[in-house]
Amino acid sequence: MSYYFTILSPTDTPIFNIAFGTSKGGGDGIARFRFPDTAQYMNQFIIHSSLDIVEEAQWTNGGMYLKHIDTYPPAAAYISAFLTPSGARFLLLHQPPQLPNSGSSGGLGSSSLLGSSGNLVARGSTSSIAANPTSPQTEEAVRQFMTEVYESYVKTAMSPFYKQGMEIRSPVFRTRVTAAGKKWL
Amino acid sequence: MAAPPRHSAMLSVSNTAGTPQSGSSDKSQTPQQPSTPQPTQGLRVPSNRKTIYDRHLNRSRNAELSRASFAYLFAEMVTYAQRRVTGIQDLEKRLNEQGYPLGLRLLDLLFYRTTTTSSSALSSSSTSSSPPNRPLRILTLLHLIHGPLWRLLFGRSADALEHSVSPDTPNEYMITDNDPLVNTYISVPREMNQLNCAAFVAGIIEGVCDGCGFEAKVSAHNQPTEMWPSRTVFLLGFGESVMEREKVLERAGIK
Repeated sequence: MSYYFTILSPTDTPIFNIAFGTSKGGGDGIARFRFPDTAQYMNQFIIHSSLDIVEEAQWTNGGMYLKHIDTYPPAAAYISAFLTPSGARFLLLHQPPQLPNSGSSGGLGSSSLLGSSGNLVARGSTSSIAANPTSPQTEEAVRQFMTEVYESYVKTAMSPFYKQGMEIRSPVFRTRVTAAGKKWL
Repeated sequence: MAAPPRHSAMLSVSNTAGTPQSGSSDKSQTPQQPSTPQPTQGLRVPSNRKTIYDRHLNRSRNAELSRASFAYLFAEMVTYAQRRVTGIQDLEKRLNEQGYPLGLRLLDLLFYRTTTTSSSALSSSSTSSSPPNRPLRILTLLHLIHGPLWRLLFGRSADALEHSVSPDTPNEYMITDNDPLVNTYISVPREMNQLNCAAFVAGIIEGVCDGCGFEAKVSAHNQPTEMWPSRTVFLLGFGESVMEREKVLERAGIK
């Protein structure tokens, strides 16, 4: 599973972005997108194209976490959104790994639903995040991730030296986001 | 709030990684720093090694600010705004601009605090700990300002919330404060009796409205009564786009 996370200011300026991979189920936390390295702009392209849907959804759903809102099937990219009350948008693009090896992760996910053994359930729930981007577990994990980033974002915004719409360059913030990604995704 | 935390917030944010001059001043000020593992070179960390990200946002939640220091600071802000102004309107505009960024920040802080309290309160029952909703309609926004925002700022709710009765201005709403804290220690000279320094608070309200996506103009007006000589009315005029969206949302039945 590879992730691309970006924060957009209310005026659509990107103020922070980061790419990382999953750390669950033996992942090493390095993003491996399906695009070649020369085409990483595709991530930004896909994620920004979901803004129209975010702007539609933001007036029908009063929650801060809007869940999975957009899919780009050609790249198997799923996009989840979180809105801060002051209008900043957190967008997370997640892309399951290509060809889940031996297809066992799907089997594990379904057997975890039966809940036969505790060990299996634990492994199943971690791999189901990777295998099934729209499952309730994934939604919950993304929600936890977003909430944790929101806390760091509020701290940034409260700084008297930060003006809304400025790029977030603090290395501490970046570390915090990476840690949240490691913890939940 | 005490002085050292402010200082630490300054140090951690005002520097970015890799600027040579901050790196060199770093060494001269804290010689012990290179010995400790430091992943981000050039970032100046305060001596207690705590950045703003290590401080809990709810720590100062119930802390009270000294009214004397607030009055002093606010008096200085008014003096600052009064420099090189052309008139009362200009002065009020400047005060408004000082409050605006505060409103944007308070909005995020307010939601963060309600989220964390509601989740901790509900953690025992572990039912749906849903965070508060963003305001979508004008009325929910006004209740947010009238209640939670006012309590966060002044420790009590505002005194009244009214809708304009005139059919020409359906986009105008009024929030009344009988005795605004900001005006407690301000005596306005007779020749400037139109001035209301609560324009600063109007700026905060404007920031909150704008942050939520409700474009609005907010102004403060004196409306003294016998009982409340410094009674202030905040007039909120929402923009055309907001009123249009309000109609669409009303038809869609969104609360």
